[in-house]
Amino acid sequence: MIRFVDVSVTYADAPEPALREVTLDIAEGELALVVGPTGSGKSTLLRCVNGLVPHFTGGRLDGRVVVDGRDTQTHAPRDLADVVGFVDQDPAAGFVADIVEDELAYAMESLAVPAPVMRRRVEETLDLLGLADLRDRPLRTLSAGQQQRVAIGSVLTAHPSTLVLDEPTSALDPQAAEEVLAALQRLVHDLGMTVLMSEHRLERAVQFADRVILVEHSTAHVHQPPAAMSISPVVPPVVALARLVGWDPPPLSVRDARRMASPVRTRLDGVATAESAHGPFTTTVASLDRATVRHPGVVALRQVSLDVAAGEVVALMGRNGAGKSTLLRVLAGLDRPAAGSAQVDGREPEGLRGQRRVRTVGLVPQSPRDLLWTESVGRELADADRDAGVPAGTAASLLDELSPGLDLSAHPGDLSEGQRLTVALAVVLAGSPALLLLDEPTRGLDYDTKRALVALLRARAAGGIATVLATHDVELAAEVATRVVILADGEVVTDGPARESVVASPVFAPQVAKVLAPLPLLTVDEVAVALEPAP
Amino acid sequence: MDLSPRRPLPRLLHPAAWWLWAGCMALAASRTTNPLLLLLLLGVVAVVVSERRVPGPWSRAFALFVMVGVVVIGFRVVLSAFLAGPGAGPVLFVTPQVALPDWLAGLRIGGPVTGDTLLAAVYEGLRLTVMLGCIGAANALVLPTRLLRVVPAALYEIGVAVVVTLTVLPMLVADTVRVREARLLRGRQSSAPRAAAEMALPVLAGALDRAVKLAAAMDSRGYGRTTAVARRTRWITTAAVAAGLCGVALGLYGVLDGGTPGVAGVPLLGWPMAVAGGALAVGSSLVAGRRIGRTVYRPDPWSAPEWAVLATGLVCAGAMLAASAAGVDLQGPTSPPQWPALPLLPAAGALVGLLAVVASPPLPGPVQARRARTSTPVAVAR
Repeated sequence: MIRFVDVSVTYADAPEPALREVTLDIAEGELALVVGPTGSGKSTLLRCVNGLVPHFTGGRLDGRVVVDGRDTQTHAPRDLADVVGFVDQDPAAGFVADIVEDELAYAMESLAVPAPVMRRRVEETLDLLGLADLRDRPLRTLSAGQQQRVAIGSVLTAHPSTLVLDEPTSALDPQAAEEVLAALQRLVHDLGMTVLMSEHRLERAVQFADRVILVEHSTAHVHQPPAAMSISPVVPPVVALARLVGWDPPPLSVRDARRMASPVRTRLDGVATAESAHGPFTTTVASLDRATVRHPGVVALRQVSLDVAAGEVVALMGRNGAGKSTLLRVLAGLDRPAAGSAQVDGREPEGLRGQRRVRTVGLVPQSPRDLLWTESVGRELADADRDAGVPAGTAASLLDELSPGLDLSAHPGDLSEGQRLTVALAVVLAGSPALLLLDEPTRGLDYDTKRALVALLRARAAGGIATVLATHDVELAAEVATRVVILADGEVVTDGPARESVVASPVFAPQVAKVLAPLPLLTVDEVAVALEPAP
Repeated sequence: MDLSPRRPLPRLLHPAAWWLWAGCMALAASRTTNPLLLLLLLGVVAVVVSERRVPGPWSRAFALFVMVGVVVIGFRVVLSAFLAGPGAGPVLFVTPQVALPDWLAGLRIGGPVTGDTLLAAVYEGLRLTVMLGCIGAANALVLPTRLLRVVPAALYEIGVAVVVTLTVLPMLVADTVRVREARLLRGRQSSAPRAAAEMALPVLAGALDRAVKLAAAMDSRGYGRTTAVARRTRWITTAAVAAGLCGVALGLYGVLDGGTPGVAGVPLLGWPMAVAGGALAVGSSLVAGRRIGRTVYRPDPWSAPEWAVLATGLVCAGAMLAASAAGVDLQGPTSPPQWPALPLLPAAGALVGLLAVVASPPLPGPVQARRARTSTPVAVAR
């Protein structure tokens, strides 16, 4: 269905090709997962399929990409619209209409599909993706998961035989991600569509894949999923666990792993302890006292009280729209509570200005690009030193810790999402704030960068920084959090030590905990420690 | 058995029907300064808007436009007090007069102000207010994005540009807020002009980024695939449609103004211009539309309710024009100021405009729509 023959892509002004001599073949009806570290060429590979590379992005493409018999050399993306449906990372950026139904019809209108056919296909698509109740809702009022499904629907109505998706679930909470993956599953199994998608969160997607395309150092190869996971540089926790205890071939899902795990569980039983190695934490750095925040039409936070002490790492979890970001904004002094109060280091965060603010509270927003607005990383770091009133080079040495060897003359806009996050972190940490706030820090991060982030957060927490991070990433929460707070509809529903909170939850438990339940182990590292013979 | 529903089923009326109806009401208002007639027209429009406006941010457009109109009345009164020549009737008060040089003999600033002058200004302002209210009503009755769906195919690309702008503008505002907050987070405290310069770059970069993403998404979904016509032909048809619409606008201006210059008794900027412009626009867009291979999803139907709403508007405007032609005095009496009489024919015509509420189908509210949907399978099962 999709055939790459000796494909190399070199963007204009790039010293090296983004893809090099890629030859691969995806058969009809397969779900192929594109796996690889950040910046390895995954997005370029996906964009080749419908001709956005090179027709839209520029650059030079050698070799041939053929989809359903159409060569992208002679067909522009618009000529492939009825063969390939392409859904980009941020679905909201591609919406043309303002109502769900009209958005679904847009592609067909462009292709001049007759009106009765159009009507029928919209109805079918609404049912297929479970969107019927949302048909006349404005797109802007939808949740992220719903928007993603509308985006998929809006390309499906053109009846393509192939669907290409770039990180369809990165921004979604676990439930919404499952909705989207279930919809994709149905398309593959019931309609025989060919699906090609990239995903960083392998723990969510790899068990559904028929093929894995490993992209590394600008080359790509197709493997069977278990074989790919044996050699892949990026693996989900369940595969890392398999590598640790020597399961071969590695299981891809919790179910498979659990079947193999009973000897390991027996070995670990009694060795593993539910003891928290952390705490006690006594010095309160930040506190909310019955804080209430209203946004037009909703109560974003409803009388939330929360104390965060020095050295604590609090993971805020919950659905999209549960109030996580609002809570961070209140602590950062960007939103003022309508009732109740917020205090950081004994002061109201809202009144903080200048250097005092930088040294009290630091927030890394969901899109780190917002914090960076000069033309080079180097200038950004120098500015941060000046803003915080610290010796020149402080921010630069922090960045070196996080991502060594990053080109300081690079433009922040040209960095990968993960690299941008490390720059923003270095900028924020230069002032060594007493309270560090992170909003979805792992969106678009590969496992390596995530590991560096975890190490840094742990070191900072040990140094006495209080950290609050809002995240959907249960694996991250399991790795760094000392405490988990789960929000729903603006209220705190769970507040407790990380271990108890996540092990008990079917939604928020990390893969290792699900495999080894009822043992209270959350991460592969903990298993490794527990398996070590006692001295 | 008669299967046709006695009352029209809930749906949205064709956008053009509401605009034409509002245009007729504005046309009627343009021909009178009688305050009773004007207030009657405004009341009719207000009732129709309150019954048939589409919920959402635009539903307040009518009130907003009327408020602008009230400001216009105040403005006209103040201006006429200072600038108008001495009118008839008793002097109410005297404003300080500015001595102007001889060569400005025709002009006067300040001086005695009569009640008649002020009353005339109020009536004129009221007329403008009602006409503004009609435009506001059209915006409240029809979502602007829906109006775009009936834009001629030849102007489709301009329409897309408008849609994109409509969606990008609010995002630009959101971006500005985000960047401002980011500056706060980084503890920046520079002077306003420097801050603006520093903020402009990331905001514009974000907008550009979004535009590129949107373009990629549109391209991937086949935008422009079937509109591949020779550039020359496209230019000609687009220009013809645009010229036709300009003609319509000028013609309508002539119709509304009523006192424009004419050739041999026929007003040049009037019905002839409007009709010719309309013919040009419709003709060229039909020609262009045949070439452009696009289809429209669920096009708005034009059926009996649309004709009925249009008819009520036409009767209203027709009654006013007929009265005017028959020599009925439609001006509010200003010298001497008197309680105005209510001419019967135009008043009856205005009340016919109210029938638009009955003639148009009820709004498909979300609750009604859901009930309709869930009840269908039950009916089939029975």
